[in-house]
Amino acid sequence: MRQVLARAIGGVAIIGLIAGAAACNKSSDTGGDTASGSNCGYKLAFFGALTGSAANLGVNIEQGFELAVDQYNQKKGSTCIEVAKFDSQGEASVAPGVARNLVADKKIIGIVGPPFSGESEAADPIFESAGIPTITPSATRTSLSTKGWKTFHRAVANDDSQGPAAAAYIKDNMKATKVFVADDQSAYGAGLADVVKQKLGPLVVGSDKTEGDGKQTDFSALVQKVNSSGATALFYGGYYTNGGIIRKQLTAAGWKGTLLGGDGMKDPGLSKASGNAAAIGTVVTCPCSPPEQAGGTFNNDYKTKWGVAAGTYSDVAFDAANVFLQGIDAGNTTPDKLNTFLSTVNYKGIANTYKFTPAGELDPTLIKVWAFKFDESGDTKADVEIKTSA
Amino acid sequence: MTEVAVTSEKPPAPKKQASRGGGGVRGWFGRQPVWVRAVVVLAATAAAFLLPYVGDVPVIGPQIVTNGVDWTSALFNMSYYVLLALGLNVVVGYAGLLDLGYVGFFAVGAYGTALLTSPDSILYSHTGWAWLAAAPFALALTMLAGLILGWPTLRLRGDYLAIVTLGFAEIIRIVATSTDTLRGDRGFTSIPHPPGSYSDGSPIFGVRDATPYFWLGLVVIILVILGVRNLDRSRVGRSWLAIREDEEAAEVMGVRTTKYKLWAFAIGAFIGGLGGVMFAGEQSFINSQTFVLQFSILVLAGVVMGGSGNIAGAILGGALISYIPDRLRGISFGGTDLYEYRFALFGIVIIVIMILRPQGLIPSRRRAMELKDREKEVAPSE
Amino acid sequence: MNFSGLINDFGPLTVTGLAQGAIIALFALGYTLVYGVLRLINFAHSEVFMIGTFACLIVWGWFGLDQNSAVPSFGGMLVYMVIGLVVAIIASGLTALFVELVAYRPLRQRNAPPLAFLITAIGASLAISEIVGVATHRNQRGVPPVISARTVITIGDTHITNLQILIVVLALVMMFALDRFINGTRLGRGIRAVAQNPDSAALMGVNKSRVISLVFLLGGLMAGIAAVMYDLKIGVTRYDAGFMLGIDAFTAAVLGGIGNLRGALLGGFLLGVLQNYAAGLFGSEWLHAAAFVLLILILLFRPTGLLGESLGRARA
Repeated sequence: MRQVLARAIGGVAIIGLIAGAAACNKSSDTGGDTASGSNCGYKLAFFGALTGSAANLGVNIEQGFELAVDQYNQKKGSTCIEVAKFDSQGEASVAPGVARNLVADKKIIGIVGPPFSGESEAADPIFESAGIPTITPSATRTSLSTKGWKTFHRAVANDDSQGPAAAAYIKDNMKATKVFVADDQSAYGAGLADVVKQKLGPLVVGSDKTEGDGKQTDFSALVQKVNSSGATALFYGGYYTNGGIIRKQLTAAGWKGTLLGGDGMKDPGLSKASGNAAAIGTVVTCPCSPPEQAGGTFNNDYKTKWGVAAGTYSDVAFDAANVFLQGIDAGNTTPDKLNTFLSTVNYKGIANTYKFTPAGELDPTLIKVWAFKFDESGDTKADVEIKTSA
Repeated sequence: MTEVAVTSEKPPAPKKQASRGGGGVRGWFGRQPVWVRAVVVLAATAAAFLLPYVGDVPVIGPQIVTNGVDWTSALFNMSYYVLLALGLNVVVGYAGLLDLGYVGFFAVGAYGTALLTSPDSILYSHTGWAWLAAAPFALALTMLAGLILGWPTLRLRGDYLAIVTLGFAEIIRIVATSTDTLRGDRGFTSIPHPPGSYSDGSPIFGVRDATPYFWLGLVVIILVILGVRNLDRSRVGRSWLAIREDEEAAEVMGVRTTKYKLWAFAIGAFIGGLGGVMFAGEQSFINSQTFVLQFSILVLAGVVMGGSGNIAGAILGGALISYIPDRLRGISFGGTDLYEYRFALFGIVIIVIMILRPQGLIPSRRRAMELKDREKEVAPSE
Repeated sequence: MNFSGLINDFGPLTVTGLAQGAIIALFALGYTLVYGVLRLINFAHSEVFMIGTFACLIVWGWFGLDQNSAVPSFGGMLVYMVIGLVVAIIASGLTALFVELVAYRPLRQRNAPPLAFLITAIGASLAISEIVGVATHRNQRGVPPVISARTVITIGDTHITNLQILIVVLALVMMFALDRFINGTRLGRGIRAVAQNPDSAALMGVNKSRVISLVFLLGGLMAGIAAVMYDLKIGVTRYDAGFMLGIDAFTAAVLGGIGNLRGALLGGFLLGVLQNYAAGLFGSEWLHAAAFVLLILILLFRPTGLLGESLGRARA
C-alpha cells in the first residue's frame, strides 16, 4: 500500500505544482485596465533575453525601454501604454515560440528588440508576417536589413560602420603599430574582428579565436600569444563577459598594452570582473553618442528607478521606446500606421537622432561612432568621436 | 535488512506477475480484448491531434496551455523532444548504451538539411533543394554519423561510452562553431519550410501558426513508434536486451553484439536526425548555439524520468522536459515571476520524480522484472 | 597550424597548462572517488565546485575585499588564503554531503537502477546552479587580488609566478595526503573495502552509508581547494563556472582511469597542458575539441584509461 500512497502523493504533488502555479497567473491577466485618455490602452512589447546566460544585455535594454514607457504614463497620469515582456532567453531555438505568443496579443502594436542577431533571424519573420514594427537597439548583423522585412528597424549602426571606426581609432588615434586581433566566434564578434583585421592589414601581428561567453574561462593560451607577439594593442571582438576575464588575465600576466573592443564590451560588467585598476584605459567603440552630451536626466532617472547604472544600449532602448510613443501620441495606434510612421520619423533622442532608410537602417549621415574609455570609477567616459576617412 | 524489505517498493506483487497482470490502468489495458485496445489507441491518437485546441476546453484547458510560449509552438517543441526521447530510448533504454551526446545527431540532421537547402550554404548553387528533397540525404548523413560514433566505441563500456559520446557531441558543436563551411554563430538562414499550400495559395507550413508542424511531428512520431515497437519485439530487440543485461554472456550465446550495437546507434541517430530535420524546417534558421550539451542531458533526463526502455515512458518523459519549463513561463507566485526559477524548479521536479519513482513514471515491465530478479542476487547492505 | 608559435611559446604554455591542470586534477578527484565507490558519475560535482568559488568570495567580501581592493600585505595574504580555503572547503564539503543526502541516499534505499542516480544528480546540478544564477543575476563576480602574481623563476622566456607554483604544489600535496589517507588509515581501508566489494564490506561490518558520505565529503574538500585556486587563477566566477570545467575534470578522470586517484592527477595535468598546446597550435577555439579527440584516441587503445580503473585494485 505504501507504493500506492507514494504514487498518489507524487501525482498530486506534480499536478498541484502546475495547477497551483496556473491559478496564480490568472491574477496577472486581470491587471486593472485603467487606460484612459486618447490613444491609450495599447501595449508596447520588449522581446529579448531576460533569463539565461545572455540576460544582462537584455535586462539593460528592457529597463531602458520600461523607463521610457513609465515616464510617458506618468506624464499622462494613467497606465496609458502597458509594457509586455517576452523572454526569448536570447536563443534562436526558443525565440519563435515566444514570438508567436507575442503576435497573438492584438494589443501589442510595437516591439523593442530582439537584442541579438541570431534570435532576430528566427523571430523577425514572425513579426513581419504579423506586421508589427520592431526597433532593435542592438542586433547589428548587417544581413538583417537585406531580407526585405518591412517592419525591421535598427536604432544603431550595423557592424559595417563600427569595424572601420575601430580600425581607424587604432591606426590614427592610438598610432599602434603592432595589433593582435581576437574574437569570440559570435556572429557579432567575429564580424567585427574580421573587418578590423582587414582594415589594419599589415599592422596585425597575430590573431586567435576563443570560445563564447561561459564556455571558456582560462585564456592563458591567448594571453601568452598576445604577450609573445609584442603587440601593444589587442582588439577583442566579443562581449564584456569574456572581455573582463581577458583583461584581468592579461594584467596578471604582465601585459601593458591596451585592450579594445566594440560596443558589446561597453559595460561596467567588464571592470566588475577585471577590477577597476586593470580596466583603466580599455577602449570601446560604440555607434552611439555619449549620454552626458545628450543632457537630460536619463542617467539619474535610470539609477533612481532600477538602482543600477544604465548599461549598454539602455539609452538606445529608451529612445526606441520614445520613438514608438511619439508615434502613438500622434494617433498611430495600429501596427500598420505605426510602421508607416517609422518610415518618416525624425526623432532626436538622447543617444542619437533617429531617421530610418527604407531598409530599416539608420540614416547613414546620422551615424556617429564614438570611442569610450574605462576610467578609475570602472565606468566608460567618452573619449573622442572617431572620424572614418572613407 | 528488514528496513530494506519495507522501503523497497517494486511494482506488481510477485504472485500476479505470471499473467499480464498488476493493478492500475496498465493492468486493465493489458487484459482487454484486441478491439478495445485498438479503440483506446485510436482515441488517444485522435486526442493527440486535437491538442492544439485544448485551450478551448472550459476550466481544464487554460490550466494546461502554456502562457509565456505560444501553445502550438510549445506542442511542436514537445514533438521533437518526444522524437529525440524515442530515439535515445533505443540507444539507452533498449541497448543499454549510455549516450550523453545525443544532441550531436540532432545537429547533424539539422545541419544536413541546412547545407542542402539554405542560400547561405556553399552547396547552394549545386543543390538548393526543397526541404523534402534534402530530408533523406540529411537522414542518411545522421545514420552515417551514428556508425562513425558507434564503430570506435564498440569496445567501451558504460561510463567510458558516456564521456566519449559527450565528447563526440562537443566536437560536432565546436566544429559547427569554428568552421566557415558550417557558419558558426552566423548560422544558416532561409531554410525552406515543408511543402504544401492551401487552396488560396498560402503555404500550409507558414511562420505564424505552428499547428501544422505539430501535426507533422505527430505523424512522424507515430511512424517512429510503429517502427521501434516492431524492432523491439523482433530478433533485433531481443539482441539489444541481451546486450544490455550482460554483454559477455550475450556474445557467448551467439548474439552478434557488434552488429546490434551498431544497429542501435544507427537507428538512434536516424530518429535524432529526424528531429533535427523537422527542427530546421520549422525554425528556418539554425546556428551552432542551439546544439549545446545541456540539451542532450535534458533529453536523457526525460527518457529516464519517463521510464527507460519503454515507449510510453519515453513519450511522457520527452514531453515533460519540454512542457514543464515552458509551462512555468509567465507564471507569477507571490509577486515574483516564476520564469526566472523555472529551471531550478525543473531540477527539483526531476529529483522528486526520480525519488518517488526510481524506475521512471511509466516503468518498463520487462526491466522491472529483470531488476526484481537481480535484487535476489544482491545481499542488502544497509 | 602554427608550429613556430607553439615552439616559441612552448615553455610558457607548459607552465600555464600545468597550473590549469592542477585545478582540473583536484576537481577530477571528486568524480573519481565517487565513481570508485559507487560506480556512478556524480554529475552534481560541478556545482560542489561552483559553490566553493562563491563561498570564498563572499567571505573575502566580509573582510572588505572586492575586485578593486589593493593587494594585501604578506601577512594579510596568508590570513586571507587560509580563511578562503577553509571556508571554500567547508562550503563545498557541505554541498557534496547535501547532494548525497538529497539525490543519492533516497535512491540507494530504494535500490534504484544506476541511471536513476545519474538523473537525480543532473536534477541537483540544474537546481543548484540555477538558484545561484538567479541569486547573482547571472553576473560574473570579480575576485579580489588576494595574491599578486609575481614572477619568481625565469627560465629563458618562461616566467613562473608564485601563484602557479602555489597551485601546482598544493595540488600535489593534497593528492599525496589523500593517497595516504585512503591507503594508510582505518577510514581509508573502509573506502577501499567498499570500492572492492560493497556487499562483502558490509558483511565485514563496514558502515557503507558512512563510507559513501565520507567519499562525497572528501571529493567536496578537494573541489573546495580547486575552487579557491580557480578563483585566484581565472579571476572571476559565475553560476555556470562548474559546468565547463566539470566536463574537463570528468574527461581528465576518465583519461587517467576513472576510480584511480593517481590517474585523476595524471589526467588533469595532461589535459591542462595539452589544451594549451592545442590552443597554441590550432587556435584557442579548438582547445576543448582537442581534449576530446585525445580522449577518444586514448580510450581506443586503452579502454579503461591510462592507468586503468582502481580504487584499491583493478576491476576484473
